[in-house]
Amino acid sequence: MSDDIILLAHGSGGGLSQELIRRAFVSHFDNQILSRLEDASVFAAEGSRLAFTTDSYVVKPLFFPGGDIGRLSVCGTVNDLSMMGATPLYLSAGFILEEGLRLDDLERIVMSMSKAAAEAGVKIICGDTKVVEKKAADGIFINTAGIGFVRDDLHISIVNSRPSDVVLVSGTIGDHGITIMSQREGLQFQSDMTSDAAPLNHLVRDMLGATNQIHTMRDPTRGGLATTLNEIAVSSGVGVEVEEDQIPVLEGVAWACEMLGLDPLYLANEGKLVATVAEADSDRVLAAMRGNVLGARATVIGRITEDHPGRVVIKNSFGAKRILSVLAGDQFPRIC
Amino acid sequence: MRTLNAFRSPDLIRRLVDDIAHLTEHPIKIMEFCGTHTHAISRYGLRQILPERVSLFSGPGCPVCVTSQADIDHAIALSAIPDVIITTFGDLLKVPGSQGSLEVARARGARVEIVYSPLDALKIALNHPKQAVIFLGIGFETTAPTVAASILEAEKNSLDNYFVYSMHKVTPPAMRAILDMGELGLDGVLCPGHVSAVVGWKAWEFLPRDYGVAAAVGGFEPVDVLWSVRSIILQHEEGIPQVANTYPRTVQAEGNVKAQEIMDQVFGISGALWRGIGEIPRSGLMFRKTYRRFDARSVFRVNPGKTADTEGCSCGEVIRGVTKPVDCPLFRSVCTPTHPVGPCMVSTEGTCAAYYLYG
Repeated sequence: MSDDIILLAHGSGGGLSQELIRRAFVSHFDNQILSRLEDASVFAAEGSRLAFTTDSYVVKPLFFPGGDIGRLSVCGTVNDLSMMGATPLYLSAGFILEEGLRLDDLERIVMSMSKAAAEAGVKIICGDTKVVEKKAADGIFINTAGIGFVRDDLHISIVNSRPSDVVLVSGTIGDHGITIMSQREGLQFQSDMTSDAAPLNHLVRDMLGATNQIHTMRDPTRGGLATTLNEIAVSSGVGVEVEEDQIPVLEGVAWACEMLGLDPLYLANEGKLVATVAEADSDRVLAAMRGNVLGARATVIGRITEDHPGRVVIKNSFGAKRILSVLAGDQFPRIC
Repeated sequence: MRTLNAFRSPDLIRRLVDDIAHLTEHPIKIMEFCGTHTHAISRYGLRQILPERVSLFSGPGCPVCVTSQADIDHAIALSAIPDVIITTFGDLLKVPGSQGSLEVARARGARVEIVYSPLDALKIALNHPKQAVIFLGIGFETTAPTVAASILEAEKNSLDNYFVYSMHKVTPPAMRAILDMGELGLDGVLCPGHVSAVVGWKAWEFLPRDYGVAAAVGGFEPVDVLWSVRSIILQHEEGIPQVANTYPRTVQAEGNVKAQEIMDQVFGISGALWRGIGEIPRSGLMFRKTYRRFDARSVFRVNPGKTADTEGCSCGEVIRGVTKPVDCPLFRSVCTPTHPVGPCMVSTEGTCAAYYLYG
């Protein structure tokens, strides 16, 4: 019954999204570069290695503490390029505007994009604008695409994590997800949480200055850290073991999660990354991360193992282990 | 995090588990009534660290799971009425009815909005005076008072477009029904903490009195759960069953009297149909006559069609604790959180979801 139409859950980043991507897109576009399903696609052109990616932004509310849809649309694409080790250079920006959108809101969003681009050191060099009838969009939808250069000595891929690699995370988890949730109508709670939306390319540059032995990098956006770790386990055919106590979570985020019955491990992040690094180089990478303000709370959260390939196992403070799975869709606050 | 950390202290947890291991040599069967307990037990891996002779059975304490197929079908039928906005907790969206789900109904054009509280549904009604807003009232004594409060608020504002489809249930009669069926031979019950914050721990006194069963009203952190288990075992060993309050930071003897009064003002007690258990007398909350104009059941007449139970789904047995999710033939193969067959796989409080998610 639900197989023949698109449901909202198809866009949640969970199991249904994965099914849709494989069934509707990968099967028809059918090429080797796409079917790797990396954050950005890396390919050779005229002797250079380039990375190319695109992403659309439909976030609600448009403005939230620590960011807005414009900042997200630049940071998201810069970060997808950065996760392949690419140096982001140029972005495109496509706008779908709903009839009735306030011009000053649009300007605020565009100024925020410009500021984020300056922070990242990228230029937005082409664009497109369409206006649709009232209710055919929700205020504004933004699509950005980005292109960057990749060094020849880098082999960063979702399939490249290896047993004994160390799993690093660049900072606290769940800040963005809980901030957005706290702003939703009906759930407004007193919170000083702000989104972590930030361009990660300079952090990645610092990490790649310390080693070229980074095997996988991903920014745990939709679906959160748990989903990203599962993607690594499945795509690299390895096991992932993490220690729950080592995963940094801000106190305010932990409390909000406790109150609402949510798990921070599934909340979206917009300025954090997960990296798997050869054990011998992990200390150097960690030091480089901590030297950058966006990696100040970087830490080791676990290891890649040969055991239980395709699965993520999480160990808690009193030694009990459980499998960390992927959610089917969005988390809902508990009822009782 | 200091307060939370205290209830997750590895040292305290180890000491409690040691203590439990030394308290008894006999097998003991305990049911955790509440779905949030089921999730805490799975999430923290408490089954792994407890001695094997301590068996924990998951009970019917998941509002979405116990909602009858007929009610789900009814809710989907309500969503097809023109100019109706259905408002619901997100958990209900994916529950499969006899045909489709609210999620599918929404994709096909029905107006279905997720809210986090009935007071948000009320706000939607205020902002859409030309449409009828129906809130799908599910949940136990924890949610029913807020829903009742939303009715009183609607009355105060003379709103004539806000309605509730009440599927609310009260918990003690369901626990009685399970004990009366006697399928499990339970020695103790871990009583729901949030519900007890409203009804008071005294509401469970019938457990030791009428059934000779040990009871503890517990919180949801690992230390809370283990403390409750320890208390139940201790009572059982000493042969003096009672109701221990191991959640004193939240639960009192009489509960939240104000919440009870509001609930009682709007709702009267009725029989209710529970998935997996059937009709339980005096276990439902239906509108009192004075408030019947807000009752979506009496105001809107729909024909939900014939209710069909899902073939092969063991949710009914899982809800009673007699089947573990892993023993259901559909579990993990056909029924997954992405493609749930029954409600226990859908809800964040469902037993199958807990077993699936936490392995």
